[in-house]
Amino acid sequence: MSHETAMAEGGFWRDSGRTGIGAWIFSTDHKRIGLMYLYCVLGFFLVGAFLGLLIRLELMAPGPTIMTAQTYNAMFTVHGVVMIFLFIIPGIPASFGNLVLPIQLGARDVAFPRVNLFSWWLYAIGAVIVLTSLFTGGGAPDTGWTFYVPFSARTTTNVSLAVFGVFVLGFSSILTGINFITTIHRMRAPGMTWTRIPLFAWSLYATAWVQVLATPIIAITLLLVVTERILGLGLFDPTRGGDPVMYQHMFWIYSHPAVYIMILPGMGVISDIIPVFSRKPIFGYKMIAFSSLAIAAAGSAVWGHHMYTSGMSDLGVLVFSFLTFIVAIPSAIKVFNWVSTMYKGSISLEAPMLFALSFILLFSIGGLSGLILGAAATDIHVHDTHFVVGHFHYVMFGGTGFAFFAAAHYWLPKYFGRRYKEKPAIVGWVLMFIGFNILYFTMQVLGMEGMPRRYYDYLPEFARLNFVATVGSWILLTGVAIVVWNLWHGLFKGEAFTGNPWGGATLEWSVPTPPPTENFEQDPVVTHGPYDFKGAGIP
Amino acid sequence: MTEEHAEHILSYGKLTTVWVALLVLTAATIMVTRVELGVWKVWAALAIASVKSGLVIAFFMHMKYEPRLFRIILFVALFTLAGFIGGTFFDVLYR
Amino acid sequence: MSHLEKDSFGAKLGMWLFLFTEMLLFGGVFILYSVYLTRYPKEFGLGGHQLDLVYGATNTVVLLTSSLLAAMSVTAIKTGAKKLTLGLLSGTVGCAFIFLGIKYLEWSAKFHHGIYPNSPKLIAGPPGESIFFSLYYLTTGLHGIHVIVGAVLMSWTAVMVQKERINAGDNVTLENVTLYWHLVDLVWIFIFPLYYLIL
Repeated sequence: MSHETAMAEGGFWRDSGRTGIGAWIFSTDHKRIGLMYLYCVLGFFLVGAFLGLLIRLELMAPGPTIMTAQTYNAMFTVHGVVMIFLFIIPGIPASFGNLVLPIQLGARDVAFPRVNLFSWWLYAIGAVIVLTSLFTGGGAPDTGWTFYVPFSARTTTNVSLAVFGVFVLGFSSILTGINFITTIHRMRAPGMTWTRIPLFAWSLYATAWVQVLATPIIAITLLLVVTERILGLGLFDPTRGGDPVMYQHMFWIYSHPAVYIMILPGMGVISDIIPVFSRKPIFGYKMIAFSSLAIAAAGSAVWGHHMYTSGMSDLGVLVFSFLTFIVAIPSAIKVFNWVSTMYKGSISLEAPMLFALSFILLFSIGGLSGLILGAAATDIHVHDTHFVVGHFHYVMFGGTGFAFFAAAHYWLPKYFGRRYKEKPAIVGWVLMFIGFNILYFTMQVLGMEGMPRRYYDYLPEFARLNFVATVGSWILLTGVAIVVWNLWHGLFKGEAFTGNPWGGATLEWSVPTPPPTENFEQDPVVTHGPYDFKGAGIP
Repeated sequence: MTEEHAEHILSYGKLTTVWVALLVLTAATIMVTRVELGVWKVWAALAIASVKSGLVIAFFMHMKYEPRLFRIILFVALFTLAGFIGGTFFDVLYR
Repeated sequence: MSHLEKDSFGAKLGMWLFLFTEMLLFGGVFILYSVYLTRYPKEFGLGGHQLDLVYGATNTVVLLTSSLLAAMSVTAIKTGAKKLTLGLLSGTVGCAFIFLGIKYLEWSAKFHHGIYPNSPKLIAGPPGESIFFSLYYLTTGLHGIHVIVGAVLMSWTAVMVQKERINAGDNVTLENVTLYWHLVDLVWIFIFPLYYLIL
């Protein structure tokens, strides 16, 4: 299409009946909702990253450094709660999912636009409740983001309010999931068959099912923590016949599948970016699509691997350990297919591709260290050490975090009509990549040597590596700052971005820049696959 | 939209029949739990409850007349719940 | 299919997905129930014996009847019988109030006997009994909240029917609200035997 003159103020940015902030917070346009999510999510990422920096500063040297032990407990709890519930779970699905999914399917909006807006409101309200809990009542929660009983039932800090906030956030996540499933089933353009759905949309489909089926369990579990605190039901209290390990079961029944809510959309982003920047159709489309569903299904049956040292039965440990290894298969299928896609491709190393490539490496390191933790025998050794912390940061930040930035560099220029500068993006990426590995690889070594997680102080022999890790965190955050600043500056003030410079064959690249309010001037008819560059007429 | 079926309206008579069946099953479940069956009592009660909920889902909730997609996803949801309970029991039963 | 006209198939699909989340929410409680039942079968039996079978059975009949009325209201609206629809919906809401009234009587009797969460009697009693009653209050309380929400939704739907915003041609909202109501009934179908009939 030939709307090459459109600029950042055009398209959906202008078309709205309302003015001022009301044009955003009451808009049911999926693109505006997606952007609102994006701003919130990015804001919370920066808050969480800052808290992470403070944690690293505290651990830079043994003994008290910059805070008290109680503050440290609150720090890692709030870092976890903010990063998991406010950044990474809504991170890609709610922001980029909302921005991209309907256009990729050839729809004018999601299936339930008003529910979509309501979902954003719930997210905002939940976030406010969580933030309020930090500064009111008995002080910020100090339980760790897992809210394990019996401590969470007894601590005098503001756990009830924080947990209620997370409950509201869960509701928001559920509504987004319902919306996306219905959208994918009902809103596809004519010709958009199931095997022509872009892989990002496939990953959102698998994610949405996990959101719908697993999130209610955390809702009831967190409700139980609140009732335990307020009514004293005693369901997890051993003196009353309760079983604290049951809390861990219920918590991880959601929270392990939630890990796939976090990573699957990231994998979808990578599956969309790699073929475009390799100038080659994706290798093994069906297997990648199928492996998303397989990860969602298998990932829902492995929660027990968080509990090897909890006193669970030996048979339970055996079964969950075995099932955990099954998840590695579909994950590996994806990695192999991405690499095969690049083989003999004409690879152009631009910012989105660099983030995507580092995703593959960092996710693989994280995934493989996950197998060390999934094997019960080795897990007993490194359980609750910095090895675990390093592992999940490799998967969550090296995986989802880098995919988030890959998506930002890939899609946002299309929506803003302006682009960022390439050089600062690459400098930022290099710093992020180097700092990341210094920080988290060191953590894994520390964990192997026996440094426990969530400890305020440590033995002097860990001092040197902890210092190295803290320096890594500075490099990493410098990179993040450059990347975010460059995006922000470029998207609002940069050069014009028009058309389809990277040559994507999915539908979002066929609409004007920025997309108009209802996305398509005429409802599209799809005649080619999402990675069929020849069929899309791209040279 | 090939999967769309013609709208099916259930008659009052059919709905009432289902209701009567549900009441009979309720009576049956009370009776069966008065008999000394030990552990099987729970399973018997659960079996009857499943039949009852099957009736409610099939007729009151129109599942019988919905496209196949609805039955597939219902099965997925119930299977997931069963998996959650089953997985927990690998721990609880063998501790 | 990016139509702007109403997609009742999609609306129903969305509603069913929402019902799944409700099933899983109560499913979480049933996970706990099943685990603690295997651990304390005797205490659960004794606890169930203390619940009032007459109240429980009456409420079962009330809810089944309300479900019938709700299902009939869908038939009524589709055949264009507005007055009948309104009558049936009022009947459903009426049943919801009867249910809540009986629940109130039942709970106050229990409270009167010193059986409520964290009560001295339960703390002094055997561990399994306290777990049973905690689960009982949790499940029926959560279910009660759903009854209240369902009644509110039903009343709101009745107003929409009265205003003819819901009519013979466009009635997927009514269908979805009744689906929600049937779910409330479904949950009770399991609560009744698991709590009242276990002895």
